[in-house]
Amino acid sequence: MNTLTMGEVAARTLADEMRRDERIWVLGEDVQLGGIFAQYKGLFQEFGPKRVVNTPIAESTIMGAGLGAALVGTRPVIEMRIADFVMPAIDELVNQIAKVRYMFGGQGRASVVVRVPHGLHPGSAAQHSQVIESWFVNVPGLVVVAPSNALDLAGLLRSAVRSDDPVVFFEPKSFFKQTVDMPDDWPAIPFGLARSVTEGDDLTIVSWAQAVPAAETAAGLLRQQGVGVNLIDLRSLWPWDEAAVLASVNRTKRLLVVQEGPGASGFGAEIAAAVAEMAIGLKAVSRVASPRIPVPFAPELEAACFITPGKIVAAAEQLLQR
Amino acid sequence: MMASRGDEFAELHRRMRVIRVFEDTCVAAHKAGEIPGYIHSSAGQEAVPVGVCSVLRRDDRITSTHRGHGHGLAKGADLYGMMAELYGRADGLCGGKGGSMHVADFSVGMLGANGIVAGGIPIAVGAAQGLGLLGSDAVVACFFGDGAVNRGPFLEGLNWAAIYRLPVLFVCEDNTFSAFTHSSTTTAGPGPLARAEACGVPGERVDGNDVAAIRAAAERMVAEMRAGAGPRFLWCKTYRFSGHVSIDPALYRPQADVDAAMLRDPLLVSRQHLLSLGLGEAAIDSIDAQATRAVVMAQTRARSAAPPPFEAAFRDVQDADMPFLSQRMGA
Repeated sequence: MNTLTMGEVAARTLADEMRRDERIWVLGEDVQLGGIFAQYKGLFQEFGPKRVVNTPIAESTIMGAGLGAALVGTRPVIEMRIADFVMPAIDELVNQIAKVRYMFGGQGRASVVVRVPHGLHPGSAAQHSQVIESWFVNVPGLVVVAPSNALDLAGLLRSAVRSDDPVVFFEPKSFFKQTVDMPDDWPAIPFGLARSVTEGDDLTIVSWAQAVPAAETAAGLLRQQGVGVNLIDLRSLWPWDEAAVLASVNRTKRLLVVQEGPGASGFGAEIAAAVAEMAIGLKAVSRVASPRIPVPFAPELEAACFITPGKIVAAAEQLLQR
Repeated sequence: MMASRGDEFAELHRRMRVIRVFEDTCVAAHKAGEIPGYIHSSAGQEAVPVGVCSVLRRDDRITSTHRGHGHGLAKGADLYGMMAELYGRADGLCGGKGGSMHVADFSVGMLGANGIVAGGIPIAVGAAQGLGLLGSDAVVACFFGDGAVNRGPFLEGLNWAAIYRLPVLFVCEDNTFSAFTHSSTTTAGPGPLARAEACGVPGERVDGNDVAAIRAAAERMVAEMRAGAGPRFLWCKTYRFSGHVSIDPALYRPQADVDAAMLRDPLLVSRQHLLSLGLGEAAIDSIDAQATRAVVMAQTRARSAAPPPFEAAFRDVQDADMPFLSQRMGA
C-alpha cells in the first residue's frame, strides 16, 4: 500500500503507460511544471521536452495539434487545464476529432485522450467551475469518462490511453489533493462498467464524478432510516452501464439520479429516459442536480449549485413516498 | 534519367487539366441532380496545389479545405475514388460517408478536406509535430484560403509552428473571396504574408496562376524545411472562377475582374509556358484530351457504382459504443 494524492496516482499511471508505449506524449499548458493539479508531476523529468510539451495558451491548437499528431501515428494526451477551457477548442474536438474516422470512411483514427479537470469548485464562479460532460455524450464518436475517485481515475486512464477511440476524460478537480491508499499495482478498468458503491433493495441512486461522495454519505444516512440504497457510480457516461442500472431499478423500482451541473438536458435525463423505456414495474424517478444558472461567486449563492447529502436525502424521502 | 523540363511541366499541365475537368464535370453533374449536396469548385486555382504537391514526397502530408478536390488529386489521390466519393458511392475514398467536403486519401498523405475554414491549420502543425516525434523528416503542406487568415487558428498555428520550428509549409491559396465577400473588405493590414512574418514565419508572395513559379518557390522552401529551418509561408494570389458553391452564380463579382482573371487562367499560363519550352499546340491539346478522357471514364464508372450498404451508416463511429441502446434508437 502507498498513500498518494489523486494527482500523484494520475501522474504515476500515465508514466507507466508512457514507459510501455513510446508513441504516448503529453501536450498542454504548464505540463512540464507538473500541471496545475500535479497530475503530471515528474513526467517532464523522466520523459523530457519532446514527450512532455509545454504549449502556448492556444486551446484550439492544443486540441487540433493533438489530432494531427494522432493522424500520423502518435498517441497524444491533450491537457485542457479545466473544463471551461474546452470551449475555445470545441471545433477541434467536436467537428474534427469526433468525426475524422467516420467521415473519412475509417481511414484515420483520432486516438487521443482529452484530459479535462472539471466540477464545481468553491469560489470559482461562472467560467472556472462548470460541469459539461453531458454535452459530449451527444457527440457521436467520443468516449466520455467521468470517474469520482483516484482508483477509478487510474484504471480508466489506462484504458483511455490504450483506446483507439478519442476519449474525453473528465477528472474530479476538487479531489486531486485528497490522499488514498493505493495498492502497488492497479489494473485498467474497461469503459462502460459501473461500480456498485453501496448495496440495497429500496432505492437505486445513479451518480458519477464529484457528486458521488455526497451520494455515498446520503446512502449512509438513509441506511440509518432503514432505507437500503444501491448506489451506482457510472464512471463512464458513453458507453454507460445500462445493464447494471436496469438490473438495479428492476429490483428497487425507484431511481434517483444525482449529478453536478444543470439537470436540464443533463446526462441524468438520458438515464431517466432509458429507464422509463426499459425498466419493468418502475414506480418513480427523480433527479438531484444543479439549477440551470451560471455558477455564482458568493458562497451563499454558490450553495444553490452544490450537491449535498441533505438535498439527496430530501429527494430520496419524497421519491420513497411515491 | 531526368525528365526534360518540357516533360516535367507537361505533367503538371496534365494534372491541372484533370482538376479543371473534374471540377467542371462535378458541378455539371450536381446541377443535373446526379451528385448530392453541393460542390465547392477550385476551378481557376489549380496551379497552387499542383505546384506545391509536385515537390512533395508520398509520405509528406497535406491538410486541405472545403475546396479540396484539387489538393487531393494533386497529392495523388485516386481519380475514380474521388469521383465515386462525390457521387456518394461505396467505392468512394471515404466509402461515400464524407462527400465533396471531406475527401481524404491517407494512403497518399492527404489528411482530409475540411468543412471548417482554418480547420486544417491546427491539424497540420500537429501532424508535423507527430512526425518529428516519430523521427521522420516528412513535411506538411497546409492549404487554406484568404478567409482563413481572419480566424484564430491561423494565428495560433503560425505561432505554434514557429516556436517548435516545425516543417510546415503554410500555403495561402488566396482566391480573392471569403465565401461571397471580397476579402479586401474583411481583412485589415497588408495581407497574409505580413501576418506570417510577424509570427516569425518567413515566406514570399508568388503568382498563384503560375505553376512554375509556385513549384520553384515550394521546392526551395521544402528543402529548407527538411533541413530543419522551420516553417515557411507561401502566399499564392489567384482567382476563383466560379461562385462559392455550385449554386452560387457569383453576381457580386465585377465582370471586368472576371474577364481579367480569365486572361490569367493558370491553364493558359501553363500553355504559354509549354509553348516556350518547345511543345507544340497539338501535343498540348493531346495532353488536355487525355486528362478529359480520364475524368470522363471515372465519371462513367462512378455513375453506375453501387451506393454504400445501409449498415455502413453505423460503422466506424467508435469501438467503445452502446450497440444495445444506440442501434435500437437509430436503426
